[in-house]
Amino acid sequence: MANKPRPSRLWSLAGLALLAILWEAGHRIWGPLVLPGLAETGVTLWHMIAEGRVAPALAQTAGNAGMGWVLGAAAGMIAGTLAGLRPEAQRALQPVAVVLLGIPAIAWVVLALLWFGGRWAVVFTVAVATGPLVFAAAVAGVHSLDGGLIRMARAFRVPLGARLAHMHLPHMLGHVFPALATTLAMSWKVSVMAELLAGAGGIGDGLATARAHVDTVAIMAWVLVVVAVLVAVDLALLQPLQRRMAHWRDDGRGVGA
Amino acid sequence: MSEPLRLDGVDFAHDGRPVLRGLDLILPAGTITALMGPSGCGKSTLIALAAGLLTPDAGRVARRCTRLGIVFQDPALLPWKTALGNVGFALRGLDLGAAERRARAVAMLDAVGLGPGDAGKYPRQLSGGMRQRVALARALAVEPDLLLCDEPFAALDAEPRRALWQLLRDIRDRTGLTMLVVTHDRDEARTEADCLAVMADGRITQSGQPGA
Repeated sequence: MANKPRPSRLWSLAGLALLAILWEAGHRIWGPLVLPGLAETGVTLWHMIAEGRVAPALAQTAGNAGMGWVLGAAAGMIAGTLAGLRPEAQRALQPVAVVLLGIPAIAWVVLALLWFGGRWAVVFTVAVATGPLVFAAAVAGVHSLDGGLIRMARAFRVPLGARLAHMHLPHMLGHVFPALATTLAMSWKVSVMAELLAGAGGIGDGLATARAHVDTVAIMAWVLVVVAVLVAVDLALLQPLQRRMAHWRDDGRGVGA
Repeated sequence: MSEPLRLDGVDFAHDGRPVLRGLDLILPAGTITALMGPSGCGKSTLIALAAGLLTPDAGRVARRCTRLGIVFQDPALLPWKTALGNVGFALRGLDLGAAERRARAVAMLDAVGLGPGDAGKYPRQLSGGMRQRVALARALAVEPDLLLCDEPFAALDAEPRRALWQLLRDIRDRTGLTMLVVTHDRDEARTEADCLAVMADGRITQSGQPGA
């Protein structure tokens, strides 16, 4: 089978350029109060960085999002694996996951503010938004393992530890990784939203201050910070990891049966 | 002569549908037994019962072997492991160090005709015949005294089939390995096996020496 050529990176740049053009056009149509211009936003962001406002906020949001994500992902992974292996556990945990998924993140923020307050409200909200999504992916990961592989491992009397490490875990990672990547990106957004309402520092707090001053330029600058972080995480962490994990998958270049 | 595998009056039903009905089979030690029969007659079920992967509804399966090797109809290879890694995975059931596992896997892959260049390939990079060879290497690497094969050479051409049969016979002559091989090829069963068992309707209807 002939290899399909990979589209040029110029297409990505073309997409970003189109977005910038639309942004600038919107700025010219509706004015700076509704949508500040690109240059103005860039200058404001530079000033915010120079004044030392961005780095501490970034570190705080990263801490909140990271801690909540790790806790939620770990809980989802453990519960999902358990539910995948034991039908009784799945019966018990599946409805809980559905209920948790059905509660909007904003409702969790309000509840968490009453229960914990401050940064722990943010961490809790991120964790509770992450857990059910990872849980569902982990259950699917355990269930989708080929029964033939399980029989093979049993026939060769491969010990449980080796089965988990070399058979179940690599297979599950293929299913859980997209959920982990999605929830990692989501954790930033949820964290910013929770910080905005909690006033617990971080980028969300910066956004809240900018909103109070009707400072649209600063709001857009903070938005750029969040987007830049997400793009950086995707390019520097998620995409290389995904390539590393998927190198054994059929990419159409196999010799077939 | 001892009997590494003996099935007495085995019944087995799948989803209420009888597959095996009072099946009797004895594999004498050190022999190669070819198992033939039409598709769906229960050959793969018999292999699974013999391997202990299924439990009979009635009757008895007696296995007297130290180590079991098995080649499934589908090679059942871990797609995220190389050919070498797949053979090494089965060896994790034995008390071997990593270096010994690797050496044994390399040697057995070489024995079935897969050199160092193929040992590092993932299953998706191998042809169907090469995958079956990896599955055979995995089964032989554990140094079994009972080997169960469900159409192990179905995807291979005549020449490599003959070579692999020769390899199995050499191993049998050297180690006293007992084999049960499912095949659809009557000529192959006659020329390569010591015993022939024919299945129909969930029973062994004929058994004995192939030429008899």
